[in-house]
Amino acid sequence: MKTFRYERPDSVATAVAGVAAHPGAAFLGAGTSLVDLMKLHVEEPTLLVDVTSLSLDRIGTARDGGLVIGATVRNSDLATDPRVRAEYPLLAEAVLSGASAQIRNVATVGGNLLQRTRCPYYRDVTKPCNRRSAGSGCPALESRLPHSPHLAVLGASPACAAVHPSDLAVALTALDALIEVTGPHGTRTVPITSLYRPPGDAPPDDTVLARADMITAVRLPAATAAWPCAYRKARDRASFAFGTASVAAALRMTGDHIVDVKLAFGAVAPVPWRARHAERALTGRRPVGHVLRQAVDAELVHARPLHGNAFKVDLLRNMTVSLLSELAGRAA
Amino acid sequence: MNATGNTSAAVRLRVNGVVRELRLDNRTTLLDALREALRLTGTKKGCDHGQCGACTVLVDGRRVYSCLLLAVALPDSDVTTVEGAVRDGRLRILQRAFLDHDALQCGYCTPGQLCSALGLLIELAAEGGDGTAPAGAVRERMSGNLCRCGAYTHIVAAVTAASKTIAEGTP
Repeated sequence: MKTFRYERPDSVATAVAGVAAHPGAAFLGAGTSLVDLMKLHVEEPTLLVDVTSLSLDRIGTARDGGLVIGATVRNSDLATDPRVRAEYPLLAEAVLSGASAQIRNVATVGGNLLQRTRCPYYRDVTKPCNRRSAGSGCPALESRLPHSPHLAVLGASPACAAVHPSDLAVALTALDALIEVTGPHGTRTVPITSLYRPPGDAPPDDTVLARADMITAVRLPAATAAWPCAYRKARDRASFAFGTASVAAALRMTGDHIVDVKLAFGAVAPVPWRARHAERALTGRRPVGHVLRQAVDAELVHARPLHGNAFKVDLLRNMTVSLLSELAGRAA
Repeated sequence: MNATGNTSAAVRLRVNGVVRELRLDNRTTLLDALREALRLTGTKKGCDHGQCGACTVLVDGRRVYSCLLLAVALPDSDVTTVEGAVRDGRLRILQRAFLDHDALQCGYCTPGQLCSALGLLIELAAEGGDGTAPAGAVRERMSGNLCRCGAYTHIVAAVTAASKTIAEGTP
């Protein structure tokens, strides 16, 4: 690890100004991801600005009745919050399906959203990686061996097919969460569905945030509170593993018809994947087997699996149909 | 504002009830502070990347991976390591249960398993319930601690038994 300076400011403005003024600076939450990447020399900040003393560790009620989750709320506190469990249980399920208790006990909400991909080439500085250094190449995609099951089947580019690892981000994408950001020029709100950048030709930037932009809170709209919702995750072992594929879904029924549905996929794309084609195909329909399958296929027709990970398309179809069917049963 | 113009800092930690004042390079993880600066070598370094759980300790009553946390970012924290068993009866009960259930082979992961189990019992108590940890819950909630000898079956039995002993209040 390279040496670095450390600051612990007591206001958001000071934290943002500190990072803006120093080209090698980075925000530090708990560090469960950043410190690991620093040990690997993937990240080499020369100044860490600790944001955990900024009083952003509370969960409150928004004016519209939704929830406001501070950026430094710990993952375990989010998952055990009574309102989250009652009104947005898929958030708690998503958080508890990720990492281990030891990580969730310290990892922050903001840090979870901004964690980097777990692609092994990204984490290995002895290998080229377009996401670490644009144009350097991608051993994962150039390999003649069957591709890793952990690569994307949706939304990849010729430069990068690494998936986004967060479970929380997938649940928040389904719920149309809003991300509150403070930067050197003031505050703004970014819908989470616009936060993450598809890889394109220049994948090093995971998000639309600039270097000194800080996430201060996540807002959940009241509109989806208490909808039947759930998170499902397939992984290589029963616990403490990143996903192979995951699904977040919430839906509302009137009579025997779906009137509104939110659907997002995880671990299958470089960004948390909002399945809007499937949502459109489900709206106004009865949630019977062939309708659900056709709707999911309206999304999966856009899948471009690689040699070795095509099973993820079938996995995703089966998981999604099963989850939607279960939620429709609960909503009816 | 706590700013340091250089790359090291004064860090004060309370470790197993004793206040320790240290001057540490900012790069020092809590794990290295415990093992190298304080010579508390009960806490083990396994993967050093937050994947194995051997370094598990409690910070302010929560189980954490000490290898992933920078000591400089934990000012005035209350740290409990496996050496804290001399003052925490629950850790002693867990140690006894690990012995009684043969819940280890090489023992390298055991300090982390013990601290993690204590953290698990604290979490279950905070969530309500009768304080006991059923086997299914132990398997899921102890998943952050690997045992390469594969003593999992006995570890689950030991944690479940210790949770009953602690919940009944008998030492």
